[in-house]
Amino acid sequence: MGFLEVENITKKFGRQTALDDINVSIERGELVCILGPSGCGKTTLIRIIAGLETADGGRIYMDGRDCTELPASKRNLGIVFQSYALFPNMTVHGNIMFGLRQKKELPRDEANAKALEVLRLVDLLEHKDKYPRQLSGGQQQRTALARAIALSPDYLLLDEPLSALDAKVRVKLRGEIRKIQRALSVTTVMVTHDQEEALTMADRIIVMNNAVVEQIGTPREIYNHPATPFVANFIGMMNFYEREGEVCAIRPENIALADRRDVYDASAKIQSLEFKGPLTRIHGILPGAEEIFVDISSEAVDNLSLRENSMIFLRMPEDNVMKYSEGSLI
Amino acid sequence: MPDRIKHRFSGVNLPQLTVMSCMLAAFTVVLVLPLFSLFSNAFLSKTGGFVGLANYARYFDTPSLSVSVWNTIDISLVSTVFSAVIGFLYAYALARTRIPFKSFFKYTALIPIFIPTIVHALGLVYLFGNQGILTGLGFHTELYGRFGIILSEIIFTFPQAFLMFYVALEYADGRLYEAADSMGVPPLAKFLRVALPEVKYTAVNVFFVCFTLAFTDFGAPKVIGGNYNVLATDIYKQVAGQFNMNMGAVVGTLLLIPAVLSFIVGRLMDSRNTGTISAKSTTLTIKKSRPRDAIFFTLCAFVTLSFLTLIASLFLGALTKYYPFDLSFTLKHFAFNMSTGGMGSYFNSLEMSLLTAVFGTVFVFIYAYMMEKTNGLGALRKYGKLLSVLPLALPGMVIGLSYIFFFNSPENPLNFIYGTVAILVLSNILHYFSVPFFTATGALKKLDREYESVSESMNIPRYKTLLLVSAPLSLPAILEIFMYYFVNSMVTVSAVVFLYSAHFKVASIAISHMEEAGDISQAAAMSILILLINVFVRLLYELIIRLMKKRARRKEAI
Repeated sequence: MGFLEVENITKKFGRQTALDDINVSIERGELVCILGPSGCGKTTLIRIIAGLETADGGRIYMDGRDCTELPASKRNLGIVFQSYALFPNMTVHGNIMFGLRQKKELPRDEANAKALEVLRLVDLLEHKDKYPRQLSGGQQQRTALARAIALSPDYLLLDEPLSALDAKVRVKLRGEIRKIQRALSVTTVMVTHDQEEALTMADRIIVMNNAVVEQIGTPREIYNHPATPFVANFIGMMNFYEREGEVCAIRPENIALADRRDVYDASAKIQSLEFKGPLTRIHGILPGAEEIFVDISSEAVDNLSLRENSMIFLRMPEDNVMKYSEGSLI
Repeated sequence: MPDRIKHRFSGVNLPQLTVMSCMLAAFTVVLVLPLFSLFSNAFLSKTGGFVGLANYARYFDTPSLSVSVWNTIDISLVSTVFSAVIGFLYAYALARTRIPFKSFFKYTALIPIFIPTIVHALGLVYLFGNQGILTGLGFHTELYGRFGIILSEIIFTFPQAFLMFYVALEYADGRLYEAADSMGVPPLAKFLRVALPEVKYTAVNVFFVCFTLAFTDFGAPKVIGGNYNVLATDIYKQVAGQFNMNMGAVVGTLLLIPAVLSFIVGRLMDSRNTGTISAKSTTLTIKKSRPRDAIFFTLCAFVTLSFLTLIASLFLGALTKYYPFDLSFTLKHFAFNMSTGGMGSYFNSLEMSLLTAVFGTVFVFIYAYMMEKTNGLGALRKYGKLLSVLPLALPGMVIGLSYIFFFNSPENPLNFIYGTVAILVLSNILHYFSVPFFTATGALKKLDREYESVSESMNIPRYKTLLLVSAPLSLPAILEIFMYYFVNSMVTVSAVVFLYSAHFKVASIAISHMEEAGDISQAAAMSILILLINVFVRLLYELIIRLMKKRARRKEAI
């Protein structure tokens, strides 16, 4: 049994099914991302794990203990919300002490030492006497993280922790969160709709759609072997086309260009070329009017002097083609 | 499926459930049960037998009684029209013109809020009565009766009309006016076709609010009603004069009608009137226009001058030896006769208002917190929301009367609070509950819902989150609620007129007794004391808010 076990969790809001028989097992010390489009039920799932929402059916086990009925306060977890929910009338230090002071057995000076320790960890020591509104977005985020880990939780839950930040800060904080998570080896569940965030940070990814789990796996597994067309389409770029009653899928970077005289799998007419630095994405049309995207090095585009309306010949290596039964296409 | 049943209760948190149930039970005892006894008494005979609608039939068959219905509608309608029109123009002047002294005009418009309605009438007596200042200057009016009541109700309802219109006009969508300008729409058309439609929902609300206030007011008709009977004075005569409790209950239910109507209309409008002001709205720049400003300035000056004259006349009466014959200065009118309440009534009022403000604010805020920031408890919450808006539809006299029926009954275990300050405080908290509730809810809605989730995850008990996070962050709203409760409790007559006892008379009642006893100067003196404490509390509130804003700015600047 995993350190966190989600068993047959079901949740409905009125007639809307938010979670339909969800099963997840998370190991101690892992960082797991729940990834999915908005409205797929990922936030509901993390709130049920947190004990902030009650499931209609199913069980939650934490470290082997049935915690389904326990309120959030009894689950020993730290949460970082999308809005951070920092108490605006308390300083950074005060925010962290607020939770620490609830531990009756912890003397005041030890609580204080603990607060300073986590502040050092998130590199906010010099800002400890500031109020939240005096901080930048990234600093607020780190304060929320510090507050969540100060109580040495068994589980760290992050609900879209980076989505309120601008792109540069986001990338920097990804690394920092991951570093801190590793250092503390705290079991972490993070909700995100950003696939890049999930791919770069997670040990394993849970891909959700329409209230169900589509696939659970490492970032590599998810990317290289998407279990369903939804996963294939949601993560990274994917070409879909039909062959002999089967839905085939291949990533743009796995398609190779061939010479007219060589063996090739398909031909396409170039619709447009999108220069992306080292790579160029070719937008082509197959004879059956299907669209196809091919990524090749910009150098090759120049060498072959490809331009709009020229014909290209494509090779799709068998190993890289994924096949799904017909009708499973979204 | 036992699993399912278990789940249903797992979301319920026992302390929360207990607090919520206790509050709802208390609310039920002070609101629902008394109303029930009021209604049931309207259908009972004097001996306690069920008589169906016989009491109503008798009421409408007695012309001397039923004429009050028409009288009340008459004065309410006329005063409402006047106060709505003046209130609108006054608000327009402050929000949409460039007249000088705006904040002076804004605060003087609120003067009537700080004194009991009895005092509005008293001021009019000083100005237009048989020995009035203006009467002496040649203004002869038939003050006692319809005219006096209407005048008095206009003064009473004007601040409400003004405030509601002001809120509606204060935030204008400048884009509409820019668009109108670009199409070359002339000013008058702009006023009629753009500005007026902006406030049409507010206008309907204003109409109902003012109508209801005038319809149920007791103070003014009591003092200058003369022989012109209205429902509020009838109910008092039936109950306090003739001990005809069942007829009193009948009139009480009639008194409810416009309030209930306005309540329903208000609810309907709320659902439709979702603000059209969006983040994209631009602020309106007010153009220069001398003629417009001159007209509006004259209007504002006239209204303000009227109010100030009213107040000045009270001071004149209170501070001169024997108005209008001996105008030399004296403070002797502040040595109140014991027979009409004395200085004790003033201290009683202070005690009652402070208790109302303290307990009312605490109750309202916790109640709003429970409604806004807890999960689950669906049915209880719905009942709680319903209860929280009901007081809007309850005139003070109806609350007072229903409290007599309910708390004075010997079988009621709560009978002991009858005749004490407690029942006055309860009736005030209930009477003025809804506005503070909306204030508190509004403030709490602005706070991040996740504060509670974070606290929960850090194992911080809910009461600490309430005390250390939600309450401090809502401090301006809490102070506003405190002030609202205090000021209204100081001036209320209608809710307490049935409930005060000989041992605990309050100042507003004492004023009416002084007036009855002919001690007009003492009545004026007492009015001034009420006005002063209310203005003081209001200023204190403004000062604290200002200091808090300053401090917040300083904090940010660090």
